[in-house]
Amino acid sequence: MELFVFAVAGLMVLGGAVGVVVRTHPVHAALSLVLTLFGIAVLFVAQDAQFLAAVEVIVYAGAIVVLFLFVIMLLGIDQAENLHVEPFKIQRPVAIAVGAGLVSLLGLAVIASREHPVPVVTPSQAVTDAALDPHDGNIRALARDVFSDHVLAFELTSVLLVIAVVGTVILARKPRKGESYVTGSAQ
Amino acid sequence: MIAAIQPTTTWYLLLSAALFAIGVVGVMVRRNPLVLFMCIELMLNAVNLSFVAFAKKMGDVGGESTVFFVMVVAAAEVVVGLGIVVAILRHKPNATTDDLSELKG
Repeated sequence: MELFVFAVAGLMVLGGAVGVVVRTHPVHAALSLVLTLFGIAVLFVAQDAQFLAAVEVIVYAGAIVVLFLFVIMLLGIDQAENLHVEPFKIQRPVAIAVGAGLVSLLGLAVIASREHPVPVVTPSQAVTDAALDPHDGNIRALARDVFSDHVLAFELTSVLLVIAVVGTVILARKPRKGESYVTGSAQ
Repeated sequence: MIAAIQPTTTWYLLLSAALFAIGVVGVMVRRNPLVLFMCIELMLNAVNLSFVAFAKKMGDVGGESTVFFVMVVAAAEVVVGLGIVVAILRHKPNATTDDLSELKG
């Protein structure tokens, strides 16, 4: 059963990823990205990370891909890119070679390190709690970890999000009359 | 019995490596800035997948909280990146990354 879930979700992930790369239409690429993200969410559930699977679907598939589609529609660039134009003739073979080399190197590293024993880590308090309470242990353990050990990082993410939102508003607004972002050769 | 085979951590790591490589190839091949962002998302998700696989294998929830923070930072990155793309493409419609190789308005 786990094998079946892994096979189906893995095919979704890889098929969607290939779709993102080869589909010329940006909207189709975004929909392929949704397929990949759903496959990743299924794999998260299979690895007992239910909360992260929910966040994956809500934040990635819900918010980020909708943002992509929104920008595509807003700017009216929803037309197919001509993939036959190649500015650099050698770029695509080199890219394929780099990708194949990367996957084979990473795969060799993973397979070579498979036999080594995993170093024993003493489980933290959160892990022990999760083991004691298997029903909602994942969310509880994750919350305990985020809000105790990483609470400073958690607060800093809120600062980061505020900075990102303010910066985007400044970047994306239209310049007022008489002011221009472009100096020198301004129209 | 084929149903008795359990997918191990190694399988998840290999899948993650393949996903990351596809993302790298996409960044190198595509020229639409939006599709480049999507390929970066693919790479981030590949890393998230291996984090979760290791968290499961080690029995440590720290990997999962790292994935949580990676998701937040990825959301911020997409927001800022799309803001830049909107600002550029409003200036030059249908620009590809080749047209944007110079930092000139």
